[in-house]
Amino acid sequence: MKPKITVAVSGLNNIDSPGPGIPVIRALKESKDFDVNIIGLSYETLEPGLYMHDLVNKSYQIPLPSAGVDSLMERLSYINNQENVDVVIPNFDAELANFMKLEQRLKTELGISMFLPTQEQFDERHKANLYEFGQKHGVSVPYSKMMFSTNEISAIATEFSYPMVVKGKFYEAYIAYNPEQVANYFNKLSAKWGLPIIIQEYVFGSEVNVTALGDGKGNAISAVPMRKLFITDKGKAWAGISLDDDELVNIAKNVISSSKWRGGMELEFIKTAENKYYLLEINPRFPAWVYLAAGCGHNQPEALVKLALGKSVEPFGDYEIGKMFIRYSYDMIVDLKEFEQISTIGEL
Amino acid sequence: MKIKKNVAISESGFIFNPTTGDSFSTNPIGLEIIRMLKDEKGKDDIRKAILSKYNADESTFEKDYYDFVMMLQNNQVGDEGE
Repeated sequence: MKPKITVAVSGLNNIDSPGPGIPVIRALKESKDFDVNIIGLSYETLEPGLYMHDLVNKSYQIPLPSAGVDSLMERLSYINNQENVDVVIPNFDAELANFMKLEQRLKTELGISMFLPTQEQFDERHKANLYEFGQKHGVSVPYSKMMFSTNEISAIATEFSYPMVVKGKFYEAYIAYNPEQVANYFNKLSAKWGLPIIIQEYVFGSEVNVTALGDGKGNAISAVPMRKLFITDKGKAWAGISLDDDELVNIAKNVISSSKWRGGMELEFIKTAENKYYLLEINPRFPAWVYLAAGCGHNQPEALVKLALGKSVEPFGDYEIGKMFIRYSYDMIVDLKEFEQISTIGEL
Repeated sequence: MKIKKNVAISESGFIFNPTTGDSFSTNPIGLEIIRMLKDEKGKDDIRKAILSKYNADESTFEKDYYDFVMMLQNNQVGDEGE
């Protein structure tokens, strides 16, 4: 009989720009070594995962990241009293900073384990620092610069040629072909995600991504590359396929080895027509397509839980090449009572 | 020209390049040619095989073979340096 553990997971927003929560949960449910009791952590009452009772056993609203670490600690303490949580997997970039600050306290005060990147790793892979990250760890990154005001646009134009990529602090990126578009996207992104805005050199090619897990000691437990086959208007993969690309896997493994990355991650690359790889972004958590890795034989979320619980995990071997994922949308019928319950008492 | 070793070719003429994630379909004659290329047969052998089996003249074969090989190269199905 498999041991049962309780894992709390955020990112239940399985929408057109999906969070990784539901794919992570599906992978955990397929573990051969443990059964899971899944606790959902949500910010919004319309996150679809809240109502997926076949995947999520119980859900709790948690305070927005802007409320700070004390509010989060208090809420997690309450949830732990109800559910006796073993592991938490936070899946949003914007919430990670608070969870990282609480990692030790959650372990010592509540007995909850996590497996997150260190503050230094989190900071150095930040979009604003990625160019320097690339230089430090020997990977090509398009030249980029931070921008704090639209007054800087004329100066930026002397360093970059059009088109250029305008990126938000946490999410979203647009291609700008003239100064007016840069100003427009600057205002749009800064209003939504705050400052700075990152201006990045535009590199033409096909987008290839890697979902990976580092053990914090320099070992890549797994790295599975994927090419997007269908991209939504928000730039998200709606279909993709696993690739046989040793060079790409080796670049990812080198990044993990050099940075001693701890936890799940997604590396986003552009592959040019000359077969050169440029690292566009590192997301410090699993991507929403991480279930493809499980489908290819690398159950990365399961391995992360084992690492969080202090178990030793050997690097995976080969993964299945040419495996595809195709997303779909699905209408759930939900009783108003459930919506009322999560809206009023914050639990479902 | 050689075909990359990891390129998968199915009985139905479906070709999958696992390095790029691209997939293509070819007709039965294209399938025959790509299989011969994968078996490292040279252009002369392929010409002989096709001309002996199908009612085509040399110039038509040359043109179509060139087009087909260019298409394979553009889609990175061919081995680099070959």
